[in-house]
Amino acid sequence: MLPLKKDKKEEEEGGGNPFNNLEKSSVLQEARTFNETPINPRKCGHILTKVLYIINQGESIGQTEATEAFFAMTKLFQSKDPILRRLVYLGIKEMSKIAQDVIIVTSSLMKDMTGKEDQFRGPAIRALCSVTDHSMLQSIERYMKQAIVDKVPGVSSAALVSALHLGKDSQEVIKRWVNEAQEAVNSDNVMVQFHALGLLYYIRKTDKLAVNKLVSKFSKHTLKSPYAYCLLIRIASKLIEEEDAGSESPMFDFIESCLRHKSEMVIYEAAHAIVQLKNTTAKDLAPAVSVLQLFCSSPKPTLRFAAVRTLNKVAIKHPAAVTACSLDLENLQTDVNRSIATLAITTLLKTGNESSVDRHMKQISSFMSEISDEFKIVVVQAIRSVCVKFPRKHNVLMTYLAQMLRDEGTFDYKREIVDCIIVTIEENPEAKEVGLAHLCEFIEDCEHTVLATKILHLLGKEGPRTPTPSKYIRFIYNRVILENAAVRAAAVSAIAKFGAHCDDLLDSCIVLLERCQLDTDDEVRDRATFYVNVLKQQQKSLSSAFILNGLQVSVVGLEWALHQYTLEPSETEFDMKSVPLATQPLMEQEVRDVPGEAPSARPAQEKVAASRQDVYQEQLAQVPELANLGLLFKSSQPMEVTESETEYYIQCVKHTFSNYLVFQFDCTNTLNDQLLEKVTVEIEPAEGFEVTKYIPCPSLPYNKPGTTYTLVRLPAEPTQVTGTFACTLKFLVKDCDPQTGEPDDEGYDDEYVLEDVEVSVADHVQRVMKPNFAASWEEVGPENELEDTYSLSTMSTIEEAIKNIVQYIGLQPCERSDKVPEGKSSHTLYLAGVFRGGHDALVRAKLALDSSGVTMQLTVRSTDPSVSEVLATAVA
Amino acid sequence: MDGGLLEPSLYSIKAIAILDNDGNRLLAKYYDDTFPNTKEQRNFEKNVFNKTHRANAEIVMFEGLTCVYKSNVDLFFYVVGSSMENELILSSVLNAFYDSTSQILRKNVEKRALLDNLDAVFLAADELCDGGIILEADSNSIVQKVAIRNDDIPLGEQTMAQITSKYGQQVSAATDRVMYHSFNPVSYQNGQAQSR
Repeated sequence: MLPLKKDKKEEEEGGGNPFNNLEKSSVLQEARTFNETPINPRKCGHILTKVLYIINQGESIGQTEATEAFFAMTKLFQSKDPILRRLVYLGIKEMSKIAQDVIIVTSSLMKDMTGKEDQFRGPAIRALCSVTDHSMLQSIERYMKQAIVDKVPGVSSAALVSALHLGKDSQEVIKRWVNEAQEAVNSDNVMVQFHALGLLYYIRKTDKLAVNKLVSKFSKHTLKSPYAYCLLIRIASKLIEEEDAGSESPMFDFIESCLRHKSEMVIYEAAHAIVQLKNTTAKDLAPAVSVLQLFCSSPKPTLRFAAVRTLNKVAIKHPAAVTACSLDLENLQTDVNRSIATLAITTLLKTGNESSVDRHMKQISSFMSEISDEFKIVVVQAIRSVCVKFPRKHNVLMTYLAQMLRDEGTFDYKREIVDCIIVTIEENPEAKEVGLAHLCEFIEDCEHTVLATKILHLLGKEGPRTPTPSKYIRFIYNRVILENAAVRAAAVSAIAKFGAHCDDLLDSCIVLLERCQLDTDDEVRDRATFYVNVLKQQQKSLSSAFILNGLQVSVVGLEWALHQYTLEPSETEFDMKSVPLATQPLMEQEVRDVPGEAPSARPAQEKVAASRQDVYQEQLAQVPELANLGLLFKSSQPMEVTESETEYYIQCVKHTFSNYLVFQFDCTNTLNDQLLEKVTVEIEPAEGFEVTKYIPCPSLPYNKPGTTYTLVRLPAEPTQVTGTFACTLKFLVKDCDPQTGEPDDEGYDDEYVLEDVEVSVADHVQRVMKPNFAASWEEVGPENELEDTYSLSTMSTIEEAIKNIVQYIGLQPCERSDKVPEGKSSHTLYLAGVFRGGHDALVRAKLALDSSGVTMQLTVRSTDPSVSEVLATAVA
Repeated sequence: MDGGLLEPSLYSIKAIAILDNDGNRLLAKYYDDTFPNTKEQRNFEKNVFNKTHRANAEIVMFEGLTCVYKSNVDLFFYVVGSSMENELILSSVLNAFYDSTSQILRKNVEKRALLDNLDAVFLAADELCDGGIILEADSNSIVQKVAIRNDDIPLGEQTMAQITSKYGQQVSAATDRVMYHSFNPVSYQNGQAQSR
C-alpha cells in the first residue's frame, strides 16, 4: 500500500503544476520554436509563458542564452495574436537587463506604440522604455510627448509612468515634458491624474516655490483620484516640515480638510500626516485622533491596524490626546490579529494609569509567543516607558522582563530587553538588586558576546556597591571558565573592580585573578597580571586611578597627541595630561524608535562621531596664528551675542587653552546690499587679561558665514580666571548691488556693539565622570582642601540649588548625586572634573533645606591649591 | 530614527507575490532592491509565509515592511510596501490583484486554475503595477486589458455556445491528461500544450 500511495502523491504534485521541474536549458531550447514559420501562437505562447515562469522563479540566465532567446522572441512580432504579443512585451522587459543589443526591437515597439491597436500601445510604450537608454531617448521623445496627452487612459498612464522610470537617468529630458504632464493632470481618468501629478511633482520637486503653487492649485481644484490626494497630502506635509511651520500653515488647512474626504484611504493618509508633523499641539491632533478612533471599530483588519499603529505613535508624544480612545483600544486587546492587539495594549500602557499596568501585562503575556520579534520589541519599549513612569511597578515588570530574557529571541530583541533592565536599574535604586540578579542569570546562558560584555561591565560598576557584593563574583568567575576571550577579558575587569572596591573581598579576588594569569588569550592574561599587581599594592589611590576610573581622555584626542609625539621625538615623557578629556555627553533625551519601524537604520545613530571639541581642535589648527597654542582644553557652547533677527548675526564660542583664551566669532551678514571686509571683534578685556591678537575675517558677503578670532592671554595670577568682556564688531562696509553682489570700490569704516561675553569658572573646567567618587576623594587627599558654608536664600528647593551649582562650577555630577530622592530635606552632591592645566578637581556639597532657603557646606579638594580657591569662590 | 514621512513619490509597492499552500513561489515581482537576490527573496517568502499561512489576519509587519495578504483555497496573495506606506493603499492594490485574478480564473481561485492561466495572470500583474508604481487599481480595467482570450472575442461578447464548447474542451483535455499521464509524463506535457 505504502509505495503506491507515495506514487500517487508524486503524480498529484506533478499534475498540480505543469511548470514544476522545468529545466532552464530545455525551456530555452524550446524557445527555438519561435523561429519556425508559420508561427503557432498557442504553442509559442505556452513556451513563452514557461520562459517567463523560470525567470520568475529566479533562475539566473546567462547573457548569451538570454540574447539568443531574446532574438528568437523578436520573430514573434510577425504574429498578430494579441496575447502572444503581450507576452512578448513581458519577455522583452524581463530580458532587457540581461540580453545584449536589446535596442533591436525599438522599431517594432515604436510601430505598436503608434499603431491602431489601443491594447498594444500602452504595454508597448512600457516595454520600449525598458530597452531605451539615455542616448536613444531623443529619438522617441516626440512620440512620448504625444502619448502622454493621448486620449486613451492606458496609453497616457503608461507614458507617464515610463517617464518617471526614465527620469532616474535622464532628468533633463523629462523636464521638457512638463506641459504635457500638466495637460494630463486634467484628465478624467483617475489613474492618469495620479500618474501625471506624480510626474509633475518629480519634475518640480527642487523648486520649492513651484511645489507650493502646485499644492495650492490642486488643493482647490478637486482631484478625482484618491491616490493623487494621498500624494498631494505627502507633498503638503513635506512642505510644512521644510518650512518648520505648524498648524497655521495653509497647507495644514488642506490636510485637515482631507479628513472629511469620502475615501478612507485619503482620510487615513491625512490623519497619519497630521500625527507625523513635528509642530503640532494636542488641539491640532484632536480631529485626526477622532477619525482614527472611528477606524478602530472598522470591520477591516487593515484599517484597524493602521489606526491603532498611528495612535501608538501619537501616544509617544501626546499620551493625553489618546486617552479618549481608551475604550476602543480596550476592545482591540482581544483582536484576532495579534499585531493589532499588541499595538493596542502597548498604547494603553503608555497612556494608562498605574493600576491598569498589571492587567495589561497579563494580557500581553497570554499571546507573547504568537507575535513576531518586531512586535516583541514594541512591547519591551512600552514596558521601558512604563518603568520610567511608574517606578513602583518595577517588581512586576522585572519578573516579566526576566521571563522574556529566558525565551528564544533574536539579538535585537534581547538587546532591547537588556537595555530596558539597565535603564530601570539606573533610574530606580530599588530595582537594582533584582535587576542585577536577572542579568546574572541571563549571562549564564547568553550567546551574544556584546550583551555579555555589556552586562559584565555593568556588574563591575554596580555590583560592588550592593549590600552583598560577594554573590555576583561567582557568576562573573563562571564566565572566565566558560566563555570566549572577549567575555573572559570583561569578566577579569569586573572582578578587579570588586577587589578594588570591597576590602573584604580583596584577597579572594586576587586569588581568582591569579588563576586568570594562566589564560590562553593575551588580552585576558595582560589584564589579569596588571590588576593583580595594582591590587597587591593595596593603595586606594592607585586602585581608584587604574581600576575604577579607567581612561578618561578622548580617544580621537589621544590618537592625535600620540601622533604628534611620535612625529617630534623628544627626551621628555609623553604627558597624559596634555591629552584633551573625553567630553561627558550631557543627559541627552534619547529619541526612541517608533514601534515597528525598520531597525536597519539604527546603527547609524550609534556610530561614535568625533566629538565637537575634536572638530574645533582641527578647525583652530588650520589658522596659522592659533596653531601653536597647544592642545585645546575646552570649548564652550556657542552663545549668541546679537539678536537673531538683526543685520549681523554673530555667535561666540570660547576656547580655553592652558595660557590663552580664544574667542571665536561666527558671523553672518544678513544684508544683501552690503559687503563687509576686514571684520574683527574688538574686545575690552577684563582686569588682568590682555588681548594679544585679532585675526580678521577678510570678507563677509551676504549670507555666507565667516569667522574671526580674538586671542586673549590669561592673567598670570592663577586665581584670577573670570571676567566680563565688552565686544564691538569693527568692519569696512562696501555697498553692493543686491542682485549681482557687485560691490562699490569705496567703502567706509563702521562698528556695531555686541553683547558682553562672560568668562566663568565653568570655562576652565572639564567635566569628568568618576564612577567611584569616594575613592577619588581619598586619592586626591585633604592637602588642598577648602571648606566654606553658604546660605543660598534665593533657592527654594534642593533640585533648583543643584541645577545652579552644576551650572556655575561646570563639573560633572557623579554617582547620580544630581538626582534627589523625593521628600528629602538634605542631600549631598558630588562633582568631579579637571581644571585647566590638568589638575583634578572634586567638590562635595552638602545641602540642607530649611525655612530660609538652602544652606550649603561646600568642600573642595584639588591637586593644586589655587584651583581649590577658584572653585570655592565660584558659587559666591 | 523615525524617518517621518515618506518622500512623496509614486513608488509605493516593493513586491507582489502569489505563493501556493506550501509557500512555493508561483509568481513574484520585486520592484526595488530590498531583497537584491533570489536567495534573499526566497528566504523572505518563506518567512512571510510561515507568519501568515495560519493566521488569517490580512496584515502583518515584517522585517520593517508592511505586508498585506489574502488567501483562498491553496493560494496566497501578497503585496509588500514600506512600513511607512499607507496600509490602505497597499490593501487597495491587493484587492485589485486578487479580484482581477479571480475574474480571469472565473472565480475559481486555486492553484490548478492559476497555472492553466498563468500567462493571463502574468499580464494582469504587469498591468497592476509597473516597476513599483501602481498602474491600475481597478480590477475591471485590468481584466479588460488582459482578458483577450485566444479566440479573439472579448469575454462579455462570447455566446453561451462558445463558452460551453470551451469548457467542454477543457473537460476533455483533463481526461486526456489523466490518460496520457498514467502512461507517459512527457506526452502529457505535449498533450497539454496542444489542447490549449
